[in-house]
Amino acid sequence: MKKKFLYSDKVKEHFINPKNFLTDKDVAKWNKEADGIGEAGSPACGDVMKVWIKVKDNKIVECRWQTYGCASAIASTSAMSEMVKGMTLDEAEKLTPKEISEKLGGLPQIKVHCSVLGNDALKTAIKNYKEKQK
Amino acid sequence: MEKRIYLDHAATTYLDEEVLNEMISVLKNIPGNPSSLHSTGLEAKETLDAAREKVAKIINAKSSEILFMSGGTESDNFALKGFMDDKKGKHIITTLIEHPAVYNSCKYLESKGFKITYLLPNKEGIVSAADVEKAITRKTVLVSVMYANNETGAINPIKEISEVCKKNKITFHTDACQAGLLNLDVEELGADMMTLNAGKIYGPKGVGMLYLKQGTKITPLIHGGGQEFGLRNGTENVAGYVGFAKALELIQANREKESARLRKLSNNLLKGLMEIEGVDLNGPVDSNNRLPKTIDVSFKKVEGESLMLLLNEKGIEVSTGSACSSKSLKPSRILMASGCGEEEAHGSVRFSLGKRTTEKDIDYTIKTVKVCVEKLRKISPL
Repeated sequence: MKKKFLYSDKVKEHFINPKNFLTDKDVAKWNKEADGIGEAGSPACGDVMKVWIKVKDNKIVECRWQTYGCASAIASTSAMSEMVKGMTLDEAEKLTPKEISEKLGGLPQIKVHCSVLGNDALKTAIKNYKEKQK
Repeated sequence: MEKRIYLDHAATTYLDEEVLNEMISVLKNIPGNPSSLHSTGLEAKETLDAAREKVAKIINAKSSEILFMSGGTESDNFALKGFMDDKKGKHIITTLIEHPAVYNSCKYLESKGFKITYLLPNKEGIVSAADVEKAITRKTVLVSVMYANNETGAINPIKEISEVCKKNKITFHTDACQAGLLNLDVEELGADMMTLNAGKIYGPKGVGMLYLKQGTKITPLIHGGGQEFGLRNGTENVAGYVGFAKALELIQANREKESARLRKLSNNLLKGLMEIEGVDLNGPVDSNNRLPKTIDVSFKKVEGESLMLLLNEKGIEVSTGSACSSKSLKPSRILMASGCGEEEAHGSVRFSLGKRTTEKDIDYTIKTVKVCVEKLRKISPL
């Protein structure tokens, strides 16, 4: 009997082999070098996402992340980090949780908030970048 | 076949081969309705009576005190709603660690105007008889406290609690669905009602029973043709009840030996898991106060559903009290009541062992959990 997985194949792929996550040893470096940093969620709620972005010519050139949370939360941040790479800040700001969820082949209704949180962390990072530019 | 290590026996168990064979034999050879008066019907009635007699003997009850039904949930519903039906305005004492079948039956009764006290267990998840006694009012008619908890494995002092009830002339119900390997002698336990189900003791799913002590009155919740002493009506699931009786016989006959074996395995598992940094046991520290099959732990900085799903990929099947895995998105009520903080409950994983669990399985599990926890901590910002 083959193993089954609770969510879509895409969620599984991003959950088992997450893309672009930041290892602890690189955190100090990225805290210094990132152009914007954002965080969302709380440990008591069971989800915390942190996002680091690098911006060049108004475009996101790199997006790194760390997530504490369920499989959908991890997969959402991982998928998002791939989606925003190369986007202009305007495009990234317009990214919706629904688009992240669709990229993952759909999330169960009860898991949609996981994609919302990842998106929130990204928006906070962009805001952080913009504030630094002032 | 891919490797699978099933460590979720508290959720349900596979069917024992001997049980299956008895059930197949009944399904093939006993087609009758036990209410029919011809030979085919009488054969079915005899088969049903024999199953009832067998169960009664094992738990030291009378045949007329065994009500077969569709599982633990139905049995709990009968014990709570069936018993309270004619007791308007009266009071029930139960706990915050009950199975949803009891807990939600109590919530329903509360909405109908009954008064309910939900007792908090101690920090190890154990309910105290003294707390039960303190909660008694002039209106208390029923106490319902589970024998052993499905998440932490905490074993409650059922004899002490039943003595308190007896002294105060209050009816006592216990949900014993997790307690298949414990002493189920209803006289020794002092229970007036006891819930058991088959699907957790290597019997069929969808089968259970309520022990109803002679003289204890309940109102039927399922009306019909007079089956199960007119209390739980509907044509009997003869093969299922035969399977249940066999399963109960097998688990109780071997309970001391199997308990010792599982105790050793679960203690080894706990010891191995505690070697990982940031791990807390949820439930009694003294293994004598815990079910031999159950170990519930919380991993700091790890979310339980993630860990559970990673383990599933490695062939290890467990469950979690994390909010993310629940339909309500709330962390386990039982763990929260048993001294667990919200963050700890999110990181909780239950390992429940069974008949086929081997030492090798436990070694592989410890090793694999270490790898998976490390992987998740690596991508966690906490």
